Amino acid sequence: MSEKVLMKGNEAIAEAAIRAGCRHYFGYPITPQTELAAYMAKRMPKIGGCFLQAESEIAAINMVYGVASTGLRVMTSSSSPGVSLKQEGISYIAGADLPALIVNVQRGGPGLGGIQPSQSDYFQATKGGGHGDYHLIVLAPASVQEMADLTAKCFELADKYRMPSMLLADGTMGQMMEPVLLPEESDVTVEKPWALTGTKMQRGHNIVNSLYLKPEELEKTNFDRFERYKQVEENEVMYEEFMMDDAEVCVVAFGIAARVSKNAVVEARKQGIKAGLLRPITLWPFPSAAVKQAAEHCKGFVSVELSMGQMIEDIKLASDCKCPVELCNRAGGMIPSPEQVLESIKNIAGGKA
Amino acid sequence: MKRVYLFAGHYGSGKTNIAVNFALRLHGEGKAVKIADLDVVNPYFRTKDSAAELEAAGIELISPAYANSNVDLPALPQELYGLVQNHSFCAIMDIGGDERGALALGRYRPYILEENNYEMVFVANFFRPLTRTAEEAIEVMREIEQAGGIAFTAIVHNSNLGAETTAEDVKSAAAQVERLCALTGLPLLFTSVKEDLAPEFAGESILPLRLQKKIID
Repeated sequence: MSEKVLMKGNEAIAEAAIRAGCRHYFGYPITPQTELAAYMAKRMPKIGGCFLQAESEIAAINMVYGVASTGLRVMTSSSSPGVSLKQEGISYIAGADLPALIVNVQRGGPGLGGIQPSQSDYFQATKGGGHGDYHLIVLAPASVQEMADLTAKCFELADKYRMPSMLLADGTMGQMMEPVLLPEESDVTVEKPWALTGTKMQRGHNIVNSLYLKPEELEKTNFDRFERYKQVEENEVMYEEFMMDDAEVCVVAFGIAARVSKNAVVEARKQGIKAGLLRPITLWPFPSAAVKQAAEHCKGFVSVELSMGQMIEDIKLASDCKCPVELCNRAGGMIPSPEQVLESIKNIAGGKA
Repeated sequence: MKRVYLFAGHYGSGKTNIAVNFALRLHGEGKAVKIADLDVVNPYFRTKDSAAELEAAGIELISPAYANSNVDLPALPQELYGLVQNHSFCAIMDIGGDERGALALGRYRPYILEENNYEMVFVANFFRPLTRTAEEAIEVMREIEQAGGIAFTAIVHNSNLGAETTAEDVKSAAAQVERLCALTGLPLLFTSVKEDLAPEFAGESILPLRLQKKIID
């Protein structure tokens, strides 16, 4: 039989996390992410792992904080309203310099919103979300295969830089089914000398904490942390370019919006319009250099988003507003059509934007 | 030939596609058919996605009022009772995935058992990660039976990798389905394959599937 399996995006995240060595999952059910928790509930007891349905999202993220401080790979997952509830805990985890994975399978908002797909948590994911100066490494999958691959990558980067990472998907990516070649079981052991594993009377105490009584000390932790963030920005940017070499119109889109946009780019090329797609895979760090380079040879950008326009700000920043950026969007659980994207491409190509 | 067909299985095994295509086949054979969506767990990709096609064929679809909407409210419509109490047509019931989905079947169980003219069908896809073998499939079957209160009476083989599926993929899973039939003592009702693969299964009992429209390539 084929080595591939047919999986929902949510399941692919769960299985990939297990294969990456994650044995602790804490969460609270919410549509359209629930299959992830359900999968963990089935699998974790069979492999000696821990699945715990917490009493709330706030409890779940603090359980993640606890396990993360021991250096074990740990995760939680939710959808937009639930991820808002987790923000305090995420800020603590970032402040304590701990690796952990938070998955957000976004749905429409604000408020209780709805259960259909959305990308309107871009600001929350990439600009902090909770209080204080911090970043998450944010990866945006655009296929079920990437739901698996980028989950493994999230754990790897979180460990490498001692910071929480987020997999930012949307309801469609979570619910759709595609064939997946699952990643191998990870046997990587990462040295974590800072972890709370018991001194065994052989070393001094390790302390995991985000409280500093002296402002000078707290300032230093902030400066040190941002030195690490700089390394992430220098080393870990990921993006995909499609037909960008001679492009005059650069469509920027991630996740499900990138799949719609790819169809529109192909159609535009058929009609003689030189369009290309730049798909950020890391949303933080944002592929600013690639956008800047595109601004050198493109007439303008189209930002395709399932939101009222959030990533568009990063495109404008990265391109120094050298050329126009048109927003092509739907919101509240709706998805832009390839025709709508094509219309925006034509606006930019014709200098109408 | 039974009056009521209940399609249940692991979620993502293909129940909805099979239920819709089976309803269309029975309708094509001149039978009066109604189809019901009993899925209370799946938010997207539902029987209602085929509403236009079913309506065009003249097949009545009974689905929850909030299916495919923004409301996460798993309420079942009262019309469902008509399906199990009125014996004058064929009823196809698309049960939600796993034991959680099958729980909704419980309230219709007494009528179905009393009439005793049903087929409770387990849909098996051995390319799903939690049902890779006959033994794992049996585990899911037992959980569904416990939740829905009706024992399986037949198996449908629906091993697939979505749009990428080849005839070889389906045939490579045949050993598992034979084993599942042997271990459970249940007959294989048919094998379902994408309609373009159907010619490669000449002589076998096949339900060609026209897949539900995909919203994204």
